[in-house]
Amino acid sequence: MKLEAMEPAAPPIGSPFDLRVSVSEKVDETDIRSAMDSGEWGFMHSFTTGSAVDGPGVRIVGWLSGCQFRCVFCHNPDTWKVTNGTPVRVSRAVEVVSQYRQGLRTMKGGLTISGGEPLLQYRFLSKLFPAVHERGIHTALETNGYLGARLTDADLSSIDLVMLGLKAIEPDLHRRLTGMDTEPVHEFARRLAARKHPVWIRFVIVPGWTDNMEEVERMAKFAASLGNVERVDVLPFHQMGRFKWEKLGMEYKMRDAQPPSRQTIDEALSRFRAAGLNAV
Amino acid sequence: MATEVLTKPEKAAKEKKAAAPEIETKEAWRGFKPGLWQRDVNVRWFLQQNYTPYEGDDAFLAPATDRTKAIWKKLEDLFVEERKKSVLDVSLIPSSITAHAPGYIDKENEVIVGLQTDAPLKRAIMPNGGFRMVLTSLKTYGYEAPQSVVDAFTKYRKTHNDGVFDAYTADIRACRSSHILTGLPDAYGRGRIIGDYRRVALYGVARLIKEKEREKAALDREMSTESIIRDREELSEQIRALKELQEMAKNYGFDISGPARNAKEAVQWLYFAYLAAVKEQNGAAMSLGRVSTFLDIYFERDLKEGTLTESQAQEIIDDFVIKLRIVRFLRTPEYDELFAGDPTWVTESIAGMGDDGRPLVTKTSFRFLHTLYNLGPAPEPNLTIWYSPRLPDNFRKFAAKAAIDTSALQFESDSLMRGAWGDDGAIACCVSPMLMGKQMQFFGARANLAKCLLYAINAGRDEISGKQVGPKVEPIKGDYLEFDDVAARFEAMMEWLAGVYVNAMNVIHYMHDKYSYERIEMALHDYAPVRTMAFGIAGLSVIADSLSAIRYARVKVIRDETGLIVDYETEGDFAKFGNNDNRVDQLAAAVVSMFMTKLRKHPTYRNAIHTQSVLTITSNVVYGKSTGHTPDGRRKGEPFGPGANPMHGRDSHGIMASAASVSKIPYRDAADGISLTTTMVPEGLGRTSEDQVSNLVGVLDAFFGASGYHMNVNVLNRAMLLDAMEHPEKYPSLTIRVSGYAVNFVRLTRDQQMDVINRTFHGAS
Repeated sequence: MKLEAMEPAAPPIGSPFDLRVSVSEKVDETDIRSAMDSGEWGFMHSFTTGSAVDGPGVRIVGWLSGCQFRCVFCHNPDTWKVTNGTPVRVSRAVEVVSQYRQGLRTMKGGLTISGGEPLLQYRFLSKLFPAVHERGIHTALETNGYLGARLTDADLSSIDLVMLGLKAIEPDLHRRLTGMDTEPVHEFARRLAARKHPVWIRFVIVPGWTDNMEEVERMAKFAASLGNVERVDVLPFHQMGRFKWEKLGMEYKMRDAQPPSRQTIDEALSRFRAAGLNAV
Repeated sequence: MATEVLTKPEKAAKEKKAAAPEIETKEAWRGFKPGLWQRDVNVRWFLQQNYTPYEGDDAFLAPATDRTKAIWKKLEDLFVEERKKSVLDVSLIPSSITAHAPGYIDKENEVIVGLQTDAPLKRAIMPNGGFRMVLTSLKTYGYEAPQSVVDAFTKYRKTHNDGVFDAYTADIRACRSSHILTGLPDAYGRGRIIGDYRRVALYGVARLIKEKEREKAALDREMSTESIIRDREELSEQIRALKELQEMAKNYGFDISGPARNAKEAVQWLYFAYLAAVKEQNGAAMSLGRVSTFLDIYFERDLKEGTLTESQAQEIIDDFVIKLRIVRFLRTPEYDELFAGDPTWVTESIAGMGDDGRPLVTKTSFRFLHTLYNLGPAPEPNLTIWYSPRLPDNFRKFAAKAAIDTSALQFESDSLMRGAWGDDGAIACCVSPMLMGKQMQFFGARANLAKCLLYAINAGRDEISGKQVGPKVEPIKGDYLEFDDVAARFEAMMEWLAGVYVNAMNVIHYMHDKYSYERIEMALHDYAPVRTMAFGIAGLSVIADSLSAIRYARVKVIRDETGLIVDYETEGDFAKFGNNDNRVDQLAAAVVSMFMTKLRKHPTYRNAIHTQSVLTITSNVVYGKSTGHTPDGRRKGEPFGPGANPMHGRDSHGIMASAASVSKIPYRDAADGISLTTTMVPEGLGRTSEDQVSNLVGVLDAFFGASGYHMNVNVLNRAMLLDAMEHPEKYPSLTIRVSGYAVNFVRLTRDQQMDVINRTFHGAS
């Protein structure tokens, strides 16, 4: 099937909490590859016009499909495959976001692109963000940072805020937790710090993995050392993604895990704040 | 006849007595800026010249006093009793302004006094609206009407309900029994009339009587046509009602012939006027008006004169609000199904902008909202913010915080309403703006327009009973619905329905004026107010999605043995209302404008101006029950979306898209209001409480800064609602907003509760 045939008349529907698979399965592989190469199309898992928890203010959020991390605690494993997303033409995405420009400004919000891992579709981002940015809309990128080197300085200049999802600091823990190394992530964090680029850190307290205070201290120390971290979101692990692992027939290591206690969350927050960070 | 010869001292005494009201008035109005409001009865001019805008924050507010807490506790215990029996007690004395002896909650300790009957929560019978209903209600709760009362209202006094059914046509009756027209105020008080109760506080009753006498005398030189005769009679009744108001106050130990002299009197005089209205009438909506900014003028004066502390000021407002929370009416079970949870719509309109650009926010605007904290959340009074992004920051933040904490507030567009009706408007009921004292409406519930679409598809036959209710035309042939064909049939069916609807309304309001006239409420209006006739429609999102399905997907019909189309098979995808997609949003807007145009074709009783609302209260559940399967996939019996809401769960693009769709409904063709109920999960509004307040203010600013009209704001968790369904005793004051009003969640029926729980929760999974 040709890519254009998949183009929906309206943006892909709904909530990131819905399970979506094989949406673009029938699209020719050559088409997918050329889309990723040109950046003319992005593959999007879900979309909303009203999120208040994905950056400052009330925002439009697009979650792109495709991720190279394999986090043990992921609540959207159906975002790992690019073909689970719907193709969206970049011009169409810009058009839809621009429709809400006035409201986004009033609500002190903007556009956030998250996922999956959006940097897998960095060419799409390098077309989308400048166009949205020059229309006076605040832009934010939520990323695991591993492929940060793909963004040029010019690309970064049209991204107002980077929300860096730091999974763990201890290298061995990180590898077991996500399947990938820490070093490229930390390099990107340092590059952003050197540019004094506004950054929020997003850290998930994963019971049995990152809920011990040694790791929290390492995370706090690292974040504090950067100097450009405006806010740290300390996010408790939740089980809303469990049904997705089951539906996809994947082994879910966190199947019986309980969310962290209020005490653990408060303790973690106090460690971050003690390091001089604005943690919520 | 010899003229009276008076001695000098007698003469002096007589002159002093004659001048007394003037001196009294001068003293009561001390410190107020003079103006035309003194010469003419015009509360708005008084208000504009004398109020003090407040831009500060809530730090000045005082907590509830022990006295307040004790009174409220006493009532809370009574509420528990009341919920067990549904109705705590009934008075068998037919209600009127003076029918009942004074009643108290705690005579020694009340700051503001006055009850509808002689005991709190004791409900009165009001037979003028309909005696059959009174008998049904009494029977339901285990009471029996005394023979004298039965005789009076079956032998000697005709009621509104009797009159209406004497004049209804066969068409109207058929539409009622098939539920394409439901909720018409033919068996209960029409309500939606707001007396300008502030006038009593500002001028005193004696002055108001004089004004009405003047108005009536001016009609002496007019030829006695039907309408002039009716006007003269109405004015006579109004004068009589004002005198009864004075007598009622006197029974409570107050002389309200002169203006109020301080804040406590201002609240008491105003409340007495409102109380008289709810003794005389049991309208579905008995709204309060726009009193908070007016009352603040008196509070400011007392505070300046040093005769009142902030704590005392708050206590007066707390006691006033307590009284408003215990207004009760005796209803039938059918009524409760339509209007669940005992609503009274004691709507108070707070804030708004003035026409001169100053905000109408005062400290009393804060004090009213503060009662939600001092007394706990409650659905009444129905606190309604006239919202504008231009209101002071501190007030917007305080209102947003209160909405998040209590889910008891609704917000309406100051710019849209003020643009149409002026800055002294108040909401009657849920979303209907009325210019205070100068405008009244003939309330008309709503038509089931989704059923009208099904009638169009079935050539006038009801999809459930199979009966021919609408005009008979050639039935649809073929297995698939064609958009152009359905659209033409729908237009024709709307044409027919509009005619029946206007017909019904003309009969209802003629008879209501004749047999159950709102004497005291209309006494507090200018002679010859603007009259609007408020029609309504239900099922808008069902219609929009169904038409979208027919146009953009393929809808196959399924017929029964008689050829009646009873179900649909829809193949393919189609755009749904609530996602900011013009393909379907335009259909919704067009249907609203089309029906309005058809209504406007017909002459109305007393030449009232046609308006309509897109609002359902809880009747979206009732209407859904009596409507069959619809082409959009909604199953027979399932509720409609409330008001102008997208259908549950179909707005999947988030709150801005959802609000954008609703904003496309043109206000000029829905001038009686467009209701949107938004439910947000608290965590979905932000990760800290500062974020939540700031983001809600942002959402409201964006919505009302564009062309949004109304938003009920609920900030709740689905899990909490599910828990409340199973364990209502844990959540006695859990308040939520349903279309156009707020209600104690645990007082809804299970069906209504499930309807709320099934709605889209923005920000949730």
